[in-house]
Amino acid sequence: MRDVAVIGVGCTEFGEHWGTSFRDLFVKAGALALDDAGVTGENIDALYVGNMSAGRFVEQEHIGALIADYAGLATNHVASTRVEAACASGGLAFRQAVIAVASGMEDIVVAAGVEKMTDVGTGASVDMLASAADREWEGFAGATFPGLYAMIATDYMHRYPLTREQLAQVAVKNHENGAKNPIAQFQNRITVDTVLNSSLVADPLRLFDCSPITDGAAAVVVVPLERAREFTDSPVRVLASAQASDTIALHDRRDISTLDASVAAGKRAFSQAGLTHRDIDMLEVHDCFTIAEICAIEDLGFCKKGEAGRLTAEGATALGGEIPVNTSGGLKACGHPVGATGIKQVYEIVNQLRGEAGARQVDAEIGMAHNVGGTGATVVVHILGA
Amino acid sequence: MSVSRFWRKIPQRYNLIGTQCTTCGRHFFPPRSLCPDCRRSGEIVDHKFIGKGTVVTYTVIRSASDQFEHTTPYVLAIVALDEGPRLTTQVACLPEEAKIGMRVKSVFRRVAADGESGTIHYGTKFVPAE
Repeated sequence: MRDVAVIGVGCTEFGEHWGTSFRDLFVKAGALALDDAGVTGENIDALYVGNMSAGRFVEQEHIGALIADYAGLATNHVASTRVEAACASGGLAFRQAVIAVASGMEDIVVAAGVEKMTDVGTGASVDMLASAADREWEGFAGATFPGLYAMIATDYMHRYPLTREQLAQVAVKNHENGAKNPIAQFQNRITVDTVLNSSLVADPLRLFDCSPITDGAAAVVVVPLERAREFTDSPVRVLASAQASDTIALHDRRDISTLDASVAAGKRAFSQAGLTHRDIDMLEVHDCFTIAEICAIEDLGFCKKGEAGRLTAEGATALGGEIPVNTSGGLKACGHPVGATGIKQVYEIVNQLRGEAGARQVDAEIGMAHNVGGTGATVVVHILGA
Repeated sequence: MSVSRFWRKIPQRYNLIGTQCTTCGRHFFPPRSLCPDCRRSGEIVDHKFIGKGTVVTYTVIRSASDQFEHTTPYVLAIVALDEGPRLTTQVACLPEEAKIGMRVKSVFRRVAADGESGTIHYGTKFVPAE
């Protein structure tokens, strides 16, 4: 196995891109990543594209070919593959690119993620997102995605000392970080009262506990570490790439408020990298809902079960805290174009490790990305090092 | 949900018929045709559940997909059946009545409909048992 490095990253602004098409979103992110890496289309051996549901959001399948075509690479006959694992599609596309390079099969590979969610109405997108869970036995009963995470929150708050105010602090902190991120969908600061006075979506989760519906794309370029210096003076190493699965339905889990796939993927990643949570300087976790960030911090081993709410309220996960979490603003403030999120996490970590994160810069040499599909049926964890 | 997809699960949805692995004794609802513990050495047979259980966790859905919009708000719960397995279901009770640990029993109810002229989906919901 060869060591792998990221040599370039690119990301569109996240938000409602009513004037931009699915294919144009991708092309923009891809071009930014190639410029950053200093490679041209002719150099690229393969593309891996994370996308959850173009078939339903824009009624287009065969995404691998479409993207190769509009990236100008179809007539080079580049190998292009679409990768899907619901909201973990992007993280999984990155992992496929890393595996391809590590194996020696391919040399210069682009991993990307893209989703165009605002071409349909809210009711339709709620239904599409519900397909990340078990359609026949959760969706049929009327389970929405916020509803499933709300049941995690109810269980969690029944068993552990998490207050409604502490939960709101996750959103407040992520909006604070998003306000410093030029690509974030929401660049406004909010207060605990903003969260607690927003409308109930699924008790106890309110509108400001939920990540939004978003359009966006992100891309990164990976190469064998031994070739990275041909392209850049500041390659970022991939220290671990781990993936785990669990039951598709929340009701079949061993423990409703522990994502065992996060626990498993986290352990595998630490073991691959030969590191522990103490070595990680910053975390991008999958905060599709505020409760998800609380669970992620605990499931990855950064504190004991039941402590993440208190630590968040005390500022331990803020930019200047002990372990900054979601410096980008997370899914909450950055926005969550489902297939693109996992790549945007890598984009943020690379920016931080290179010291290019501007007003939200933290002191970091090692970062971890945690991307969840569904309510935890797929989890992908990566560790990157400067 | 398409007519055929709904129709083939009618015994399960109307009558809470799940499965059991006779090799290890474990019950499954929703039904499984392969036991995750015994895998291919498991022997799977149908099992009708009594329909009594306990609420493990719940929420009140205030914002639903189009299909369920007319019934909001509704209580959605994970119920542990007395035989062991858990399922996601609606509990027909007032939002403020729902609580963890509440005893419930199954009832036959209308669950959803595909628009005004499409299939009406009936199925199992739960109501407070005491």
